[in-house]
Amino acid sequence: MSSIVSVHSLTKTYANGFQALKGVDLEIRQGEILALLGPNGAGKTTLISIICGLSMPSSGQVLVGGHDVVSQFRKTRRLIGLVPQELTTDQFETVWNTVSFSRGLHGEKSNPALIERILKDLSLWEKRDNKLRELSGGMKRRVLIAKALAHEPRVLFLDEPTAGVDVELRRGMWTAIDRLRETGVTVILTTHYIEEAEEMADRIGVIRAGELLLVEEKKALMDKLGRKQLRLELKAPLAVLPQSLGALGVSLTPDGRQLVHEYGNGAGDGRIGQVLATVEAEGIAFTDLSTRQSSLEDIFVSLVGARA
Amino acid sequence: MNWEAIKAIYLFEMMRMKRTLLQSVISPVITTSLYFIVFGTAIGSRINEVGGVSYGAFITPGLIMLTLLSQCISNGAIGIYFPKFTGTVYEILSAPVSMVEIVIGYVGAAASKGLIIGLIILATAAFFVDLRIEHPFLMLLFMVLTAITFSMFGFIIGIWADNFEQLNLVPMLVVPPLTFLGGSFYSIDMLPPFWAAVSHLNPVLYLVSGFRWSFYEISDVNPLISLGMIAVFLTIGFCLLQWIFRTGYRLRK
Repeated sequence: MSSIVSVHSLTKTYANGFQALKGVDLEIRQGEILALLGPNGAGKTTLISIICGLSMPSSGQVLVGGHDVVSQFRKTRRLIGLVPQELTTDQFETVWNTVSFSRGLHGEKSNPALIERILKDLSLWEKRDNKLRELSGGMKRRVLIAKALAHEPRVLFLDEPTAGVDVELRRGMWTAIDRLRETGVTVILTTHYIEEAEEMADRIGVIRAGELLLVEEKKALMDKLGRKQLRLELKAPLAVLPQSLGALGVSLTPDGRQLVHEYGNGAGDGRIGQVLATVEAEGIAFTDLSTRQSSLEDIFVSLVGARA
Repeated sequence: MNWEAIKAIYLFEMMRMKRTLLQSVISPVITTSLYFIVFGTAIGSRINEVGGVSYGAFITPGLIMLTLLSQCISNGAIGIYFPKFTGTVYEILSAPVSMVEIVIGYVGAAASKGLIIGLIILATAAFFVDLRIEHPFLMLLFMVLTAITFSMFGFIIGIWADNFEQLNLVPMLVVPPLTFLGGSFYSIDMLPPFWAAVSHLNPVLYLVSGFRWSFYEISDVNPLISLGMIAVFLTIGFCLLQWIFRTGYRLRK
């Protein structure tokens, strides 16, 4: 698959000396949904700002559709739509005017039929003549998406699209983004909601302190780092862990009420039967059994924590 | 050139003026009418002619200049400051437009608004005083050049300002004294020689004087010098903008 965005050795040092990006390399594939995950202040927004033209790079290069974002900004910015993190809207404008303005600003001739379709897709058609200040937060967010789509970009950047948005709206947003992907638009979203990345992304990049720690297929990442855990609730607390269980890699929680066995990640697979048989043989009674797969969140915490 | 973008910015700004009609148009017209009533009709009737024209007619070009300057600076400043303040400037900075197009859009709209208001005030003045315009084309040229120059200064102020106080500093605190002391209400020959000389340091003097010459052929300084000074101001504005474009000053980090 070809790259629509290529980032090479990108650094950014702000005037106050803060180094927000320390040599980032990233290839974004045409048509994918890439989630950039990272704690606050990791450099996600800086990276997006440079690609979109809001900030200037200190060194390195960014190509969008093969064009340099600094020297050929007219070509690259036509390809890009940006939905900013903050709900920045012109409160006194109507939905229709503000979305039409965005199209003109990007050098495209007016196309009312297209604007109509975008507004309908985002369930904003009924509100087209309303002033932005009359809209709810979730609607304003959708207006920002409509503005970003008005010039038919090939790449859409969503900076924290669901920050401060309630659960139901978040679902709606995900559906909307999914529909976009079907039209072939490449979507890059930043988030610190791991759930969001897990739900939507094809690939996940993890940024911390200005460095891109990894970029991987979501499935591969989960398979590689994902662990499974078996927990047994004991009927009566155990004082010590029987040696036979310890040898299988089973541990006892400090309160003595649960036995925990980690497996997955290649090693230890197929031992659950053995663990259960041993528990039985040791005459340990349990009241409940649960297994759980570690989420991206656990992976993320271990990844970011390990290098902290 | 991204003409669609220039058109979008220009029309957007003009729409804003339409939306705030009361504040943008009616308010300066009322303020200026009050000047005409007080200085032109009430007090002016007791003042002798200045340079062969009635006092009310004499102050008309100065009053138009006063409004033109403050309107152009304010409109130019708020046009770019407001998106900076609300954050919507992100869209302009991430659009395929160069600074030249941004300036043409915003400064063009601010200058157009200033000109419209200036012409409305000129029409208003005709109700109060006997107007005579000897050189209408020159008068328009003065207005257009002044509007563009000071809308550009306004734009620069809008980029520089970090808060509303700084934004209003120049239109509220700098323009009125310079206009009042720049010969809007008197001819500088009426001043003692020292103050008449000091007045030549006031840039507004050249604008008012040249503008008044296009009406009545009376002026404090040679009208060609006035035109020359406007060219100088325009050049200063261009150079400042050039520097802002190059450095991304206060716009792009």
